[in-house]
Amino acid sequence: MAAVAESKGRGSTIIMVLYLLFLMLPIYWLLNMSLKTNNEILGAFSLWPKNPTLANYRTILTDPSWYMGYVNSLTYVVMNTAISITVALPAAYAFSRYRFLGDKHLFFWLLTNRMAPAAVFALPFFQLYSSIGLFDTHIAVALAHCLFNVPLAVWILEGFMSGVPREIDETAYIDGYSFPRFFVRIFMPLIASGIGVAAFFCFMFSWVELLLSRTLTSVDAKPIAATMTRTVSASGLDWGVLAAAGMLTIIPGALVIWFVRNYIAKGFALGRV
Amino acid sequence: MDKPVNNRAWFLVLPVLLLVAFSAVLPLMTVVNYSVQDTFGGNQFFWAGLDWFEEVLESDRIRAALGRQILFSAIILAIEIPLGIFVALNMPKRGIWASFCLVLMALPLLIPWNVVGTIWQVFGRVDIGLLGHTLKQLGINYNYVNDAVDAWITVIVMDVWHWTSLVALLCYAGLQSIPDAYYQAARIDQASRWKVFRYIELPKMQGVLLIAVLLRFMDSFMIYTEPFVVTGGGPGNATTFLSIDLVKMAVGQFDLGPAAAFSLIYFLVILLISFVFYTVMTKEAK
Repeated sequence: MAAVAESKGRGSTIIMVLYLLFLMLPIYWLLNMSLKTNNEILGAFSLWPKNPTLANYRTILTDPSWYMGYVNSLTYVVMNTAISITVALPAAYAFSRYRFLGDKHLFFWLLTNRMAPAAVFALPFFQLYSSIGLFDTHIAVALAHCLFNVPLAVWILEGFMSGVPREIDETAYIDGYSFPRFFVRIFMPLIASGIGVAAFFCFMFSWVELLLSRTLTSVDAKPIAATMTRTVSASGLDWGVLAAAGMLTIIPGALVIWFVRNYIAKGFALGRV
Repeated sequence: MDKPVNNRAWFLVLPVLLLVAFSAVLPLMTVVNYSVQDTFGGNQFFWAGLDWFEEVLESDRIRAALGRQILFSAIILAIEIPLGIFVALNMPKRGIWASFCLVLMALPLLIPWNVVGTIWQVFGRVDIGLLGHTLKQLGINYNYVNDAVDAWITVIVMDVWHWTSLVALLCYAGLQSIPDAYYQAARIDQASRWKVFRYIELPKMQGVLLIAVLLRFMDSFMIYTEPFVVTGGGPGNATTFLSIDLVKMAVGQFDLGPAAAFSLIYFLVILLISFVFYTVMTKEAK
């Protein structure tokens, strides 16, 4: 252990500091702008706000047409995460435990949906959800995002489930557990971290996606990201409010990262490290 | 470890099947429909055969977009993969400093894509952006709105900023699985740093690196929101990648037939790549 620690000397620290600086600078600039008034942003160029003000944040948090964007985004993201995990759990169990007719083809077909360009689906989705009267509802966006989140959840969960020895299932069945009772009482606690990681990734990809969520909504379910683009073009150059809105979209992500920080890497490898 | 054959497992897969069929097969059939029909409006369609496919395959505009797309993906991979490996090798292995690095590195991945675009659009502006302003002070003529090369550089730096952490995190996960005993053995043999990398670290990272390369390839191949917010596909068509071109065609000009044919060809290309991805990954698992 000591050998490893030694081999990472001062050079590594400098490299990491530089890399993190590169990552943080643009975000810092956004924060900097969000604390300034428009006059200060467009007037003198300064590296930090001379008169820090929270007025931009106040604008957003007191105006329903702004803060409802956050409510809408969070609503469909949570709905999508719940749907994705619920349907993905039994499917992942099937893939990890049994062989069945066409299993490999099915698994591949699921994967292709994760790889489908959202741009291909934007217009057909619009027509599909309009025709069944779901246009501009949260559930429409939640269902649309299932296109790439369900396959992802199945993949991650399958990876974690395959790490649980099959003897546990067999012992439970011998002990007289029925399948649903075994699954909920014994199996789910065993893969709790996997469920957490899968939920995190569903949350993440639904939260960052804009093309589909913008196409499928107009007023009632408009996501915050779309609210931002519209307001910018309409009111010209309200840079301060734009920056504050951007900062507020970063916060939910930062919060959830903290909870899964030890599993992030494993999750990105689709549970297969 | 052979899995038992059990066709009743289909019942467990059924919910996923129905849901994905609803949200993937139905829309895809609409696209197929449009791709072989023409319309004069008023919901009257007639058979157009493969005309649209021919038109798309012969279109200079789409060929140009495809060329830009391939160039973009190639540059992205050439920068992000080595940089990601390099960062992963320099990450601390454990302790609070490691958690700190992980959280900060994951941060760009969780920012909505159009906000990423907005951040860089502002950051690169000559009048109010830190990057643009600093470059101007240094006497460098930088303007991503009018200059195609500057626009490309901005979009590429933005993507490196956005996604290099993904590669680094994956490689980090791979490196974590190497037992310390391997390093001790290498030390006893007085292996050089390069040899440790070449014969211990690189083979152990192979699996995750593959995932990283393919994920980055596919996602950069589908990139839409970020360059659209920063440059709007301009100046001219300089940063109009495939997805941007497709949305312009389908939503902007409402050319449904060609757009649908374009979609299918685009999707087939991705399908082909996914197939390679899947084959290689399942081979890996054995």
